[in-house]
Formats: sequence, C-alpha cells, structure tokens
Amino acid sequence: MTDSSENRGKCEISLTVNGKAKTVRVYPMERLLDVLRQELGLTGTKEGCGEGECGSCSVLMNGELVNSCLVPALQAADANLTTIEGLAEGPQLSALQAAFLECGGAQCGICTPGMILASCHLLNKKPEPTLHDICEALSGNLCRCTGYMQIFDAVAQAARRRNPA
Amino acid sequence: MTGERIVGQSVPRKEGRDKVTGAARYIDDMTLPGMLYGATVRSQIPRGVIKKISFDPQFEWSEFVTVTAKDIPGKNCIALIGDDQPCLADGSVNHPEEPILLMAHADSHLLRQAADAVSIEYEPLPAIFTIEDSEQRSQFIWGTDNTFKTFLIAKGDVDGIWTKADYIVEGEYTTGAQEQLYIENNGVIAAFDREQGITVWGSLQCPFYVHKALMALCNLAADKVRVVQMETGGAFGGKEDYPSMIAGHAALLAMKSGRPVKIIYDRIEDMTATTKRHPSRTRHRTAVSKDGKILGGEIDFTIDGGAYATLSSVVLSRGTIHAGGPYYWPHVRIRGKAVATNTPPHGAFRGFGAPQSLFAMERHMDRIAQVVGVSPVEIRRRNFLKPGQTTTTEQTIREEIDLGKLLDRALELSGYTAKKDRFAQENKAGPIKKGMGIATFLHGAGFTGSGERYLASAVGVEGCADGSVRVLVSSTEFGQGTNTVLCQIAAEALGLPYEDVQIAQPDTNQVPNSGPTVASRTVMVVGSLVRSAAVGIRQTLIAAGTLSSSYSPEEFRAACRRHIAEHGQLRSIARYDAPEGVYWDDHKYRGEAYAAFAWAVYVAEVAVDFTTYSVKVEDFVALQEVGRVLHPALAKGQIVGGVAQGIGFALYEKVVWQNGRMQNGQMTNYIMPTSADLPQIRVFFEEMGNVHGAYGAKGIGELPMDGPAPAIVNAIEDAMGTRFDSVPLLPEDIFEAVSEAVAADGNR
Repeated sequence: MTDSSENRGKCEISLTVNGKAKTVRVYPMERLLDVLRQELGLTGTKEGCGEGECGSCSVLMNGELVNSCLVPALQAADANLTTIEGLAEGPQLSALQAAFLECGGAQCGICTPGMILASCHLLNKKPEPTLHDICEALSGNLCRCTGYMQIFDAVAQAARRRNPA
Repeated sequence: MTGERIVGQSVPRKEGRDKVTGAARYIDDMTLPGMLYGATVRSQIPRGVIKKISFDPQFEWSEFVTVTAKDIPGKNCIALIGDDQPCLADGSVNHPEEPILLMAHADSHLLRQAADAVSIEYEPLPAIFTIEDSEQRSQFIWGTDNTFKTFLIAKGDVDGIWTKADYIVEGEYTTGAQEQLYIENNGVIAAFDREQGITVWGSLQCPFYVHKALMALCNLAADKVRVVQMETGGAFGGKEDYPSMIAGHAALLAMKSGRPVKIIYDRIEDMTATTKRHPSRTRHRTAVSKDGKILGGEIDFTIDGGAYATLSSVVLSRGTIHAGGPYYWPHVRIRGKAVATNTPPHGAFRGFGAPQSLFAMERHMDRIAQVVGVSPVEIRRRNFLKPGQTTTTEQTIREEIDLGKLLDRALELSGYTAKKDRFAQENKAGPIKKGMGIATFLHGAGFTGSGERYLASAVGVEGCADGSVRVLVSSTEFGQGTNTVLCQIAAEALGLPYEDVQIAQPDTNQVPNSGPTVASRTVMVVGSLVRSAAVGIRQTLIAAGTLSSSYSPEEFRAACRRHIAEHGQLRSIARYDAPEGVYWDDHKYRGEAYAAFAWAVYVAEVAVDFTTYSVKVEDFVALQEVGRVLHPALAKGQIVGGVAQGIGFALYEKVVWQNGRMQNGQMTNYIMPTSADLPQIRVFFEEMGNVHGAYGAKGIGELPMDGPAPAIVNAIEDAMGTRFDSVPLLPEDIFEAVSEAVAADGNR
C-alpha cells in the first residue's frame, strides 16, 4: 500500500498513556483496543469478546473504567489512559499485582490485566470495599478459570495492604 | 509425609509475574515481519454437496492468497484417532461451519469483504441433529450405521437379578452441549521455510497432536514440523484437538503464500465452529432390594459426537466407565454409544464424558432413594464402594478410601441436616423455596486402560550452564499450574530452591513428548517422570564424582556447571514404565481402568424464587480426596474454577441450536457465571493416605466438573418437589414445569 492510501481517512490524536504523551495516526472509529495493542505495542490489554461483555480489554480512561473494544479512537483524544503496563513501578509490583500473584488470582492470565484494572478502579473509588462491593465491581469482568474466589481474596488483601489498619 | 520443603507449599506461580504485569506473550501478541492474516470460509448448510465455488469478478483478488482442498500437499484430514475429518471440505459438507476455503491478506480488515465476495452453491441433503434422529437412521451420514463407537461393560449376571428385585427403578437423564469459553479465542501463526519446514506457534494444549496432524497434512517429515505453545489463555479441553485444524489452515496458507500467516478467531467463529461438550442421554434401569441395596442394573449411555469421529470414542470410554458412580454393582451391563449428527464435532471439555454419565447416576440415586423411602444420604451410604470391592470394570479398589467418612464430613461442613429441617419448615410460606442436594462421585486420573502404556511418555530434566535446572516436557500451562507444580517436584527431588528450577517453553524441537495435557494426568503421571528424571541428574553427578551424596544447593550448582563445562550437557530422560500386574482388556473393557481415582462429596444449597423461577446457589461445599495436595492455592483454584463451570453447566449455559448451528455464539447471549452469580465455594481436602504419582498426588483438574450439576438439581428437587432430569436447567424450564404441574392439577 502507498503512503497516501495508508493515511487516507486517518487523523492524528494525542493522548497520555501510562503517564507518557503519545501521538498516533488512526482511523477515527478504530477501536482504542487496537490503537493500544497495534499502534502503541501495549499488548497487555487483551481482547476476549470484542463486544464489551467480558472486560478483558478494560483500561482506565480519565480515571473511569472502560472496555477499550467499545471506545472509538477519536473519543480517546487528549485522554489520560492507564493500562496494565502502567501499574508496576519498575520491578516493584503494585499492591494489586502482588496480591493477585500471592492469592492465586491469576490462572491462565488472559482476564488478569482487565481484572486488575477493574480492581484498581474499585480501590480508587472505595479503598475499603466489602466482599459485596468486590463482587459487584468485578461482575463486568469474566474469568473462566478461577471461579473468582481467589480474585476476591486478592482484592481484599491489596485493600488491606494499601490501608493498613 | 514430612521433611519436604517445597511440595505442599503455595509457591509463586512460575509465569505469574508476567501475567500480572501484562508481559506474558499470547499468540495474538506476536507478529512476524511480512505476516498475512488468514480467514476461513465455512459451510452455511448442515449437509450437502458443493456444486460450485465462485469468486466475485468485481472484487480485487490479486493481493489475496486462497487455498482449497486441492492445494493440500498431503492427506486431507486432521490426523487424530481416526482420519475421517477433512481439513477442508472437498466436494461435500457434513456440518454448518465446516471449513471450505481459506484466504489471507496483509490487511485483516479486508478479509471479511473478501469472504463476502465468495459464493458457494450447494445441493442440500437432509440432515440429522439429535441422538434420536441418528439412531432412527432415516439418513446415513457416517459409516454404515451413524455410530462412531460402542462399548459394552458386562459384570455378573444382570438378566438373573430382575426377579430378585423388590424395586425396579427407571430413569432417563440428558445433558446439553457446553462451550468451554476460554477467554482467549483460538489462534495460531504458521511460517514456512523450504529448509526448515513448517513452524507453528499457537494457543494449544497438545503440541505433539498438532505435530502429528501437520506431518500428514503437509506431507512433511517429523523434523520439518515444529510446534511451539505460546502462553495459552484457558483451554479446558477446548484446545485439545481443534488447534490441529487451525494450525493446518495457517500452514497451508503459509506454504502457498511463502509468508507467515496468523489466524485468530473472533468470539463468534470460536463458539460456532469449534468443539463443545458432547450432549448426552443416559437411561438407567436398576434392581434394588427393599433395604436400598443396588442388586444390579442396566445403563445405556449415548453421546452426540457431531459430524466426525474426532475424540468421541475416548470421551465415550470415560463416560461409560464412570457411569456406575462410586457404588458397588454386583451385576451390571453398561452400553456406551457415540452417534453422528450434522453439527460441528463435539470434543474434549473438562470431565470428558464423566460429568454427563455422573449427572445421570447421581440424579438416579435420588430417585432410587424416593422409591425405597430412604434419604438421599442413606441410599448412597448403603451402596458406596469399599476397599476390596470391584468397580463395574472389575477393578479392585485398593485405595484406603472411606466414602462414608467423606460423606459425614461434607454433611457436617455444609450443615446439611439442620438446614434441611429448617428449610422444610420455612418453605411452607413465601415465594423462596430452599433445598439441599448432594452428589458423591469419583474421577479416574490419567489415560483410561492401556492409554498410558501406548503413550509411553518421556520427560527430560537438564542442567544449565549457570548451574540451574530446567524441566523439559510437552505438558502445557494454560492456567492450571503445570509450570509451577512440575518445577516444585523437580526442586524437591533435587533438594534445590524452587527458584533454581525453570521449565522450558513447550517446543517440539526442544522437549520430549510427555504426552498431551489432558485427563488429569499431568501431576500424577508426568510429575512422577519429572521426579525420576530429576533423580537421574543427581545420580549422574554423584556417579561422575562431581557431587557428594549430601550437598548444598551451591555445591549442586557448582557441580552442574563443571559437568556441563566438561561434557557439554547434563540431561536425564525418564520414560513411562507401566506398573507390573496391571490388567486391562481393551476388548472386554474389563480390568484396571485407572491407576487411581479421586473421590468427592459435594453439597449444594439452593434457593428457588417462585416469582422469577431463578435459582441461586447459596452455599457450596466441595470436599475431596485427591491424595497429597502439592500446592494448596493451585489445588483450591482448580476446584473452585471447576465448580464454577459446573454451576454454569447446571444453571446458565445453554447452547441454542438451529439446523445444527449454534445460534447464541456470543458472550452476550451464551451466559457463563459472573462474580455476582456464584456463592462462596468452600473447598476442603481430605487426605486418606493414598499415595500415587509424585509425592502422593492424584489427578485433580477434571473432578470438580462432575459433581455440581447433580448436586444442584438434587437440591432444586428438594426445594420444589419437582423432578428435573436435564441440564442446563434455566428459569424458563422451571416455569414450564411448574405451569404444566398447575395445569395438570386443574384438569384432574
């Protein structure tokens, strides 16, 4: 394909991803999920269903939890995004990541990035969630491996660590 | 056992850090230079003759690569057990979604338009969609009798028992198809090179199954086919056989185009075209004494295999052997049959036939209890298999298993008796009816009968130049914890820290064939071989004089480094050696069916809402004897996850069929349990001193799939007093049954 056809219909958008300013040329209605994975190489965000049902592609956009498969690229212009790659500080895992690892919250791992982002969103809004809060907050993220119990344990443990009594 | 440092500990999952940081590499995270994207054009009809394939002349085809059956260099089949399933339909189709044509292009967005620009003309043939239609043989769609396989288990003299029976109890039970619904869809990348042959990277369970299939399909020698497993986002049996098909498709496109080709299914394609759990029908006729003892009986177990044989014979085998449950049958005749229909082939899904036949057995036990007039608890207690007795295949139980004790503990943990009494009172008023149900069951670990002997698995352990150790197996990690537990076993055997042991990525060029990752065999069978191979490394170093018989990890590392510097490599291979004196007759289906069984008692508490007819599982106790628990967190994860899938099988997951095609192939309309749907699943292990496999572990992965559906449906009957003998059981099914009962009452 020629350069001109490559760029035909595309537009330039700027966004902040994991604290870094980025500019990409994208189709306006391209899925944010594909922009993250293909344009920015952030493959930690996963596709499970492509229709907003499974939550595997969850990211934080301006602090809100979104399914990136349902967000057109244009809508993410000037947004501040957090993906799974933005949680650890260097080699230091975030409290949630460490708790998922310790409690058995990740099995096959494909839902894990989305599950951790949804948990992160919960703890940002509600630092001391009840079990019911956790069940509700994660009900948009499907996991076929764990039956969720060890994920609940992980979120509860991370909450305790972030908020030492 | 004492003195073990690593086995029995919940050490961190080997690949866990990569999974929580997003660094883990799944197949869709990989790209190769110059890579094309592949797509599959599939049959729109269930059965017929392909008259013509035409390509819209208005469409720009020049940049597309297309492949049909005539491009196949080898044999047009997916080699597995039999060779009846074509890789690409050639002349006729036998199920909806059967692959006919492949295409590839550098821009994945153009593939859908291209698929729309292909039209296929068919001459449709009459199709059959149910077990009953297949049995009636109005159409012959497979072989001479629509039957893939039959088994007969015969023990004692069944014909002589009916006149001695105080009761004869009959029942028919059915189970539906179930989608594995791993969250990562199927996908592969294939690359072809004239020198090196075909390499496939993919999301898969069994690298050597794919290897075997590609050799036949591509007409390549073993050393010209390489299969590498990427991180795999769930499988549950669903990536046991179908990856051979997708790998075959990508390989054909790669060979024709000369470029790497990636095929990733979207959710609808994955759900409608790939395998599911076999639908089943089980008929029981049981002779029972007045004190509730099973005198004998007949069981007919039939599964719908779909259009091609694929794995149906082995699914049938396991289902047939498990059909009698954990009970003693003095006389029994069990007939198993797998039949053909014009639906996509059904395949492996956790439990592999056993959840189907055990659902029937456990519902039937409750029915027997009613007929005899004893409780569901008592009927089971009176018929449990005991050490020294024989199973339906006349395998003597040598394990120290006390099912009565297991049952007592489960009843206590669940508060069964008190709750049952309380619910009986409370259910008299209000729209919520509560009930308690139990299921007692067993699950055989490892391949059935002679299977492990035929597999003859091999495992390697090698020392590395830095003094660490690496486990070499084709056994795959897809969430269960294979990597972690096999490294634990090697570390334990070598007296090394867990961190000193790594596991190789499964790559058929790099690892020996340790068999497929199926049948709850990895920890028990492969784990034992890892232990032997690890011991072999130690013995080599000791025999070479580089290591003394008692050593520190640092001394081991130094010896390992020195050995590799001097000899180039340090590697030990262990091969499966069938234990002596194990008798199995493949023809009579008699003898030692499994090296070991796991045993369990599950108790479900449900609430049925008579306003909405929805069922909520309010408490679930899962108690099991699986030998030694090598990693408590992983073992618990296996049980909870399996129970959750079992709850889905019972109450939520309904495949809606129309003309042999799944109509609800999306996560929006095929409903699996969410975090808000499940009760606390309470997991308990009872170790009864049964030692199998490495450090005493039996198989665990499939067991938890067997018990939830019957326990839940038994609880629903307890709550409502209405009998249901099919799963899935959705609110509309309950509504219908209640409405019918009301209508029948009114007509009386």
